[in-house]
Amino acid sequence: MTLDRRSFIKILGSASGVALAGCAGAPAVVSGSANEMLAKTGRRVVVVGGGYGGTIAAKYIRMMDKSIEVVLVERNDHFVSCPFSNLYIGGIIKDLTPLTIKYDKLVSNHGVKFVQAEVTAIDPATHTVVTSKGTLTYDRLVVSPGVDFRLEEMKGYDDNAMQVMPHAWKAGPQTVLLRKQLEAMKDGGTVVMSAPLAPYRCPPGPYERASMISHYLKQHKPKSKLILLDANPDVTSKGPLFKKGWKENYAGIFEYRGAKKVTEVDVKGMAVLVEGLEDVKGSVINVIPPQRAGRVAVAAGLVGDDKNWCPVNATTFESTKQKDIHVIGDACIAGAMPKSGYSANSEAKVCAANVVALMNGKETVDLSGINVCYSYITDDQAISVAGVYTVKDGKIVGVPNSGGVSPADYSMAKTEAIYAHSWLKNILAEMST
Amino acid sequence: MKQPWSGALVAGALAFSATAMAAPPTAAMLSNACAGCHGTHGGSYGPSMPSLASQSKTAIVEAMKKFKTGERPSSIMGRLAKGYTDADFEAMGEFFSKQKFHATSQITDVAKVKKGADLQEANCSRCHLDEGKDGKDDTPVMASQWLPYLQMQMDLYQSGKRKMPEKMAEKVKPLSKEDLDALIHFYAAQK
Ligand SMILES: Cc1cc2nc3c(=O)[nH]c(=O)nc-3n(C[C@H](O)[C@H](O)[C@H](O)COP(=O)(O)OP(=O)(O)OC[C@H]3O[C@@H](n4cnc5c(N)ncnc54)[C@H](O)[C@@H]3O)c2cc1C
Ligand code: HEC
Ligand code: HEC
Repeated sequence: MTLDRRSFIKILGSASGVALAGCAGAPAVVSGSANEMLAKTGRRVVVVGGGYGGTIAAKYIRMMDKSIEVVLVERNDHFVSCPFSNLYIGGIIKDLTPLTIKYDKLVSNHGVKFVQAEVTAIDPATHTVVTSKGTLTYDRLVVSPGVDFRLEEMKGYDDNAMQVMPHAWKAGPQTVLLRKQLEAMKDGGTVVMSAPLAPYRCPPGPYERASMISHYLKQHKPKSKLILLDANPDVTSKGPLFKKGWKENYAGIFEYRGAKKVTEVDVKGMAVLVEGLEDVKGSVINVIPPQRAGRVAVAAGLVGDDKNWCPVNATTFESTKQKDIHVIGDACIAGAMPKSGYSANSEAKVCAANVVALMNGKETVDLSGINVCYSYITDDQAISVAGVYTVKDGKIVGVPNSGGVSPADYSMAKTEAIYAHSWLKNILAEMST
Repeated sequence: MKQPWSGALVAGALAFSATAMAAPPTAAMLSNACAGCHGTHGGSYGPSMPSLASQSKTAIVEAMKKFKTGERPSSIMGRLAKGYTDADFEAMGEFFSKQKFHATSQITDVAKVKKGADLQEANCSRCHLDEGKDGKDDTPVMASQWLPYLQMQMDLYQSGKRKMPEKMAEKVKPLSKEDLDALIHFYAAQK
């Protein structure tokens, strides 16, 4: 049976109205396996999303049990890292090559099957993933789609507006666009950034970006200014450290404004509106909109009562909403673990171990997790936040008296800037070798 | 077609009481979390992050204990080490010591490597066995370790921030900066 993509999705959609939100068709009988793009012979895990979480889950499941087939589905044929993309925007890294990975070694080294396709729907009932290239059935599914934007909370911020006021919160063309706009700006211009209320992808991310843009302006356009309009009342991560760094390096260039929630953009007027009222004009505008779990997770009914993020079991990362589906990375609610690349990496390994345990009828193993986020302040100074995590009463919590931020006096900032480069190299190697 | 979960789907929510009980973290569970920085199974892609693969177990355990108390200076390891017990250190040390040796291909200076070979034999081989390939007890394996990492550690030793074992200090003190640089090139070049 051959079906084109649209008609197939229509049929499947009507079979599982919940999986495809807003599609309330009458139940129809459809067999998921009839359109299977890869015949499923043995036990199979499908992984959705080849980013910080998905690549690691796919690789570690294969490393832990070669008898499980792993199919990784990702829309692109390569992945560009958000971590360090701020350094590119700041002109410290000259191109995105060191931030870009391919999937070929996951295939050749670990036997992961890679499918480049868009996942359009997940049907938990039939254990079927619908992609732009056909369907895949699974025994267990790991979902790591990252974030999508809550555009309904940012009036006027549509696809067209993104080309004028880039978010650059998913690395790639958007990152390049923001960099180009900064380069093209005349000295004396004003750059405006907006950051959303927490939780969002990468708590220190907006502040690192502000530092990197300020670094660029200081070097190349010293008469220019940067304003960060933060919806949060104050800096949400490494506050005192960032503020010290800004004061010492970017006084007169960078201005932080807390409790300024941008709710609307005016593309023609090149302005953003705070709470729909006060408008702030910019020569270059970087809008970081509010976020939620990737839309494929929302459509599959994986989000919780907040309608934004996916609740999971703290040991297995299995969704509490849908059986046999695990959610990791930014999309999930991982208790005290922040939405970061390092967390996604760490969660993926915990998830992989427990997916393998569950598929083999073995006892599951409690999480032991790590997060470390480095943020650059200048080209040769970085600060970090670190955490070690465990499970207590079914919740992911930080191990008491561990972790924390860099020394307040910046005595380690130059050393950390050196180690952070190697962190990127190693974590990207983990994802791609 | 059977849709065993469709009832739950319509209801929109179902709390799965999966795995009420789980085993405590295994050595692999603890150690894999470190690999985001140190590389899969502790094999680092460098250039400043040290490899842990096939490191001496005791060297790892001792390093972690010293990071935890602050006796050994660190940028990040102290904060992380505080999250673990001595038993965790033993488990992680055991795990990494059993991983395959991670040979690196680094750009090293041929003349320095040659000079370093002689210096190693004369001064360091009593403890750093088999050209740094063998880690005995708390003496770490240094073969193939990343050059920038070894340089940073040497700087810490020289500045007094990291305390050298007394007997090692006796051997290191008389050597020139150039000698030590040659030694480090030598270790980095070993496979
Ligand atoms: C500017 C910036 C700086 C950051 N800096 C750091 C840092 O220094 N350290 C750190 O730890 N974290 C950092 N982060 C956070 C980090 O990028 C994220 O936390 C991490 O990427 C989350 O991993 P993930 O697997 O959840 O999502 P991602 O890594 O985004 O991966 C999701 C993948 O799924 C794919 N996908 C999504 N939907 C579909 C679909 N329907 N079909 C097919 N494929 C799909 C996407 O194409 C993507 O490749 C930063 C983020 C930003 C924005
Ligand atoms: C954020 C990155 C990062 C993570 C995560 C990390 N390390 Fe480290 N590790 C470092 C750095 C950097 C050093 C050098 C010391 C320093 O500055 O902290 C180091 C040094 C070490 C050393 C000393 C090596 C030697 O040869 O002297 C050991 C042992 C070690 N780490 C073990 C671990 C273990 C075990 C874990 C997991 C619990 C871990 N590390 C997690 C970055 C990391
Ligand atoms: C008496 C035994 C001894 C001698 C001799 C000795 N070392 Fe060491 N070395 C050690 C021990 C033990 C450690 C780890 C101790 C610590 O925590 O600092 C170490 C650590 C090191 C390290 C740090 C490695 C790492 O992974 O962090 C370097 C570099 C080093 N030695 C170089 C040398 C050189 C060069 C010489 C010869 C000039 C030498 N050592 C002689 C015992 C010795």
